[in-house]
Amino acid sequence: MDKIWIIAKREFQTYWDSLVAYILLIVFLAFTGAFTWLILQDVFMQGQANLNPLFQWADLCLFFFIPALTMRTFAEERRTGTLEVLLTRAVTDWQVIMGKYLGSLMLILTALAFTLPYYFTVAYLGPLDHGAVICGYVGLILLSSAYIGIGIFVSSFTDNQIVAFLLTLVFGVFFFWIFDLMSFISKGIIGELFHFLSMSTHFESISRGVIDSRDIVYFLSITVLGLILAEVQLAKRNVVDA
Amino acid sequence: MNISVNNLTKIYGTQKAVDNISFEVKTGEILGFLGPNGAGKTTTMKVLTAFMAPSDGEVTIGDYNILTEPEKIKQHIGYLPENNPLYLEMPVLQYLAFVAEVQGMPKSDIAARLRLIVGKCGLNREKHKKIGELSKGYRQRVGLAQALIHDPDILILDEPTTGLDPNQIVEIRNLIREIGKEKTVILSTHILPEVEATCDRILIINNGKIVGNDTPEKLRNRSKGRYMFTTQIKVKGDTSIADELRSMPMIEVVEILPKFANRFKITASADVDFRETLFSKCVEKGWILLEMTPETESLEDIFRELTMN
Repeated sequence: MDKIWIIAKREFQTYWDSLVAYILLIVFLAFTGAFTWLILQDVFMQGQANLNPLFQWADLCLFFFIPALTMRTFAEERRTGTLEVLLTRAVTDWQVIMGKYLGSLMLILTALAFTLPYYFTVAYLGPLDHGAVICGYVGLILLSSAYIGIGIFVSSFTDNQIVAFLLTLVFGVFFFWIFDLMSFISKGIIGELFHFLSMSTHFESISRGVIDSRDIVYFLSITVLGLILAEVQLAKRNVVDA
Repeated sequence: MNISVNNLTKIYGTQKAVDNISFEVKTGEILGFLGPNGAGKTTTMKVLTAFMAPSDGEVTIGDYNILTEPEKIKQHIGYLPENNPLYLEMPVLQYLAFVAEVQGMPKSDIAARLRLIVGKCGLNREKHKKIGELSKGYRQRVGLAQALIHDPDILILDEPTTGLDPNQIVEIRNLIREIGKEKTVILSTHILPEVEATCDRILIINNGKIVGNDTPEKLRNRSKGRYMFTTQIKVKGDTSIADELRSMPMIEVVEILPKFANRFKITASADVDFRETLFSKCVEKGWILLEMTPETESLEDIFRELTMN
């Protein structure tokens, strides 16, 4: 755990050193801020105190931002060769993967923490369903976690960051929209399956204010699956008879 | 810590990068790893550092087996890979502190150790700069510093002096020699004088196989069975006598040297002192002997001889 934390801290620090963190925060806050307060179905338009616009648009922001964060995790280290230095240190592959996962998640948590003033402001404006807001944040965190898992897996099998970015987006499109669409057009068990696979249905069910253990299990399973696949990918260098 | 490699083989796809090699390195020994490009040096180092598992064979470092206890081994190894990859966006000091922490150094020891290593590697003036801002020579120092920071028992250096200027090379060599007194060091290089200057023993590897494993002096003496010298002979009318020399017994190779007529590099077996025979031949034929310079075989020649197919 100690080693995981050391690696996570470095990953987190690297986002700030390379300015990625600043760009992400500014764009994220500008985007969610605009849609929460200024345009389309904003708080004033709806005339009631809720944070639904924030959660809807934060969801879309994360769809683009998380691949931009995770693309470099392994692809960059593979290209520059630092992966070799890192993996020959006294750490396991799993500690490295977990460290990178935590580092990325910490940055997303930071971004979400900066939206808390929205919450306080809206709560000041009118009666707010605090439970729904907490659920909305929990939903975003779980969604980010699963998506980071996918992103890290994709990044682990390429040394090209652009490939990692685009491929993670492709996965994202499926999990955010296509599975949802498929569940509408297919019937019976297949429809159920697509409904279950879609991240957006699970996210919506949480952000409606109901934290169901099935949704939590779903997001955590995707996270863990992504990270395990990344470990399998890293372990390939050890295959005895490749 | 001793390193012991037994029948190590590493296969990439269909290519055997390392083919059944065995060797040992003892504490306090500096082993020079020589070989042409693609000979399998880097692959061997990657296996020794527990980065890749071997396809076959066994590696033990100290009491640990590389397959069963890689985490224990990694703690004791300092590794400078080929091309010296570094996190360019990190400041030097921060990077070295990160490495020390990851390698499991106690927090209380890190500050003192950092000061020592930064001083030893000559990084004092650059320690707050980002690694990406440093010149190649300084990056190489950072690479060495990160390999040394946790005071490892084993140091594995893949071409440690590339990109350094002659003064720095001497400094780094001295540093390696000093470290090598108590530790086990393996370094690979293309620079032959470097091996002679720093290493206790040389391992020459070619096409994944060991073709030479000895001290520099002993490797040099391999050529003792033969006698080599350069000679120039003056002949009336400047006719070539190369064929006549070749027909003499004991002569193995007669290489004609350019610029002068009848100047040769001769290799002869050393059963009898060939100089006498040649002198008698000159007297008999009425040739005038102008030059006779003995040649010692250089490490370069031995290297070429062992690694040319």
